[in-house]
Amino acid sequence: MNRTVLDLWVGFFVALGIAAVMFLALKVGNLSSARLSETYVLQAKFDNIGGLKVRGPVKSAGVVVGRISDIRFDAETYEAVVEMTIDGRYRFPKDTFASIFTAGLLGEQYIGFDAGGDEKMLQAGDTIAKTQSAVVLEKLISQFLFSKAADGQDKK
Amino acid sequence: MARPADLLRKLGHATVERVWRLGFAARFFWVVLLYSGASFRRLPLTLREIYFSGVLSLIIILVSGLFVGLVLGLQGFEILQRFGSTEALGTLVALSLTRELGPVLAAIFFASRAGSSVTAEIGLMKATEQLKAMDMMAVNPIARVVAPRFWGGVISMPLLAAIFSAMGVLGGWLIGVVFIGVDDGSYWSQMQSSVDFRFDVWNGIVKSFVFGVAVSLIAVFEGYDSVPTAEGVSRAITRTVVTSVLAVLALDFVLTSFMFRGTS
Amino acid sequence: MSDDVLVDIEDLHFTYDGRPVLQGINMKIPRGKVVAIMGGSGCGKTTLLRCIGGQLRPSGGRVRLEKHQVCGMSQAELYNLRRRMGMLFQFGALFTDMSVFDNVAFPMREHTDLSEEMIRDLVLMKLEAVGLRGAHKLMPGELSGGMARRVALARALALDPMLVMYDEPFTGLDPIALGVIGQLIRKLNDALGATSIMVTHDIQESLLIVDYIYFLNGGRVVAQGTPDEIRASADPFVHQFVHAEPDGPVHFDYPAPSIRQEFLSGVRHG
Repeated sequence: MNRTVLDLWVGFFVALGIAAVMFLALKVGNLSSARLSETYVLQAKFDNIGGLKVRGPVKSAGVVVGRISDIRFDAETYEAVVEMTIDGRYRFPKDTFASIFTAGLLGEQYIGFDAGGDEKMLQAGDTIAKTQSAVVLEKLISQFLFSKAADGQDKK
Repeated sequence: MARPADLLRKLGHATVERVWRLGFAARFFWVVLLYSGASFRRLPLTLREIYFSGVLSLIIILVSGLFVGLVLGLQGFEILQRFGSTEALGTLVALSLTRELGPVLAAIFFASRAGSSVTAEIGLMKATEQLKAMDMMAVNPIARVVAPRFWGGVISMPLLAAIFSAMGVLGGWLIGVVFIGVDDGSYWSQMQSSVDFRFDVWNGIVKSFVFGVAVSLIAVFEGYDSVPTAEGVSRAITRTVVTSVLAVLALDFVLTSFMFRGTS
Repeated sequence: MSDDVLVDIEDLHFTYDGRPVLQGINMKIPRGKVVAIMGGSGCGKTTLLRCIGGQLRPSGGRVRLEKHQVCGMSQAELYNLRRRMGMLFQFGALFTDMSVFDNVAFPMREHTDLSEEMIRDLVLMKLEAVGLRGAHKLMPGELSGGMARRVALARALALDPMLVMYDEPFTGLDPIALGVIGQLIRKLNDALGATSIMVTHDIQESLLIVDYIYFLNGGRVVAQGTPDEIRASADPFVHQFVHAEPDGPVHFDYPAPSIRQEFLSGVRHG
């Protein structure tokens, strides 16, 4: 085997391999959208995060604007601290409302932002003040049952 | 004739043999690393091995990658249709390929295509005294023959796995979008929104690197340790393929349980 | 005397798997000579050669090469020494993935910084010496047994070694190729001023070309002498060997209990 032909084939192989990695990164993965642009970190505290997971999406008006990067437990306030990495292109007002929603009845849980009307914007490292915890299905059902039972008592 | 004692003795003997061989392999690994300098100082040596392990495995990787993608697309569509979520086909194909099937299947094909031929080559060099002749010429056969083949495999493996996954995603796209008619936009966008580069793609690359080290080491070790006869070499080739496949599956389980623990 | 001895072996012992292979070998190989080590198959000839080359570590005794003690050398020291040794293996052991040219060029490329043009000239010179300059483009698979042996000889001599070792150089060759190799060994040894040690069991060819012969049996030197002394020897072992007699001090039968005992005892095999 001629040296130059061999080198050419190896070069072709390595180029093809790198092209495949790039394809997986840019076309298959999300490196093109979320990772190439600047990001900043926000925090929010919740009483209960339900089944929220690290790497879950953060959405505003249904559009993914960031990802959950860390979930911790604050031992002093007994709250869950959720750290989110937000796409640098999007800014949110100080009084933005962060709630935990479920996609569909049993789908994955995500954090939804409802933008407020404040003039000042949230800065990197800020903590969102207004939050709403996850809806826990068991609680919802028991509430419903109790209110039904109470209704029945009133009628008698 | 005490049968139980005899059996116990055989079991003990087999265990000692296995453990001894494992230790020998570990020592061999260390020696290969120690003598790896020449593989990088004299790059043509390693390039030649990348050609033989990587380039010559390209056809089987491209074709099998495409077909695995086609099958995933077909089966995935069939199942997702029951839940009315065919737009998630891209996600299903891409995640299963980048996380598991790409690295694992590519490693198994690599073991049977390139690993076996490396074992055969080194085993035959041993059987025909070429390794001893090299040693007598004051050229270390581990540095000159074994290490370049090891590194050629280690470098080729992640590239082959990436090519396999990419071909699979294209295969899934071909069957899902072109033939069945899943929406092109949702195939890619669903995929992108759920496949994370660092988490899914990168972990897959790390996996294939580990598999590359394991398969290449098994291939060169079995060749170097083979009984220097025609029968011994053919047995060594069989052992390379069997041990590689088992090692890849076992390592995959261990790596998966570390990488994807407690998330999604 | 000692200045003229290139290889000095003193009381060499080697044990493999608890089985003694060499049991106290004493030999002096003078500089510039061709010495044959003879004996039946499995008598430890090749093991002795491996000990001289440092590929096997003897369990006792000493091998001195020039002023170096071969046993107990580090890998680096051994490699330094081996650059001045050449070895011809039983079936040539040519690198099957390289052409004849590359095979002969291999030691030069590995150990010298010579330019490619220089290596080209040297390789063609070596191949010319063994009469195969025209075959430099062939692959080892395309060579006959005798040609492969000659290429291997050219490769062993590539770096002009001071000591050349031949492991069964005549095995599996037709009479013509055998004579060619024998003459080449003698001619090249004298032309290069090297010293040759030849392990073989081909007595007739060896008697024609060597200066001195050692006979080995059961891991010991049992006879030695110049070809003329050997031809005239009355030693029963040498006599049996030179005249290729089936029975003598070297037994035809593998050691076994008497046939009567074996048939009557009814021991199961396997």
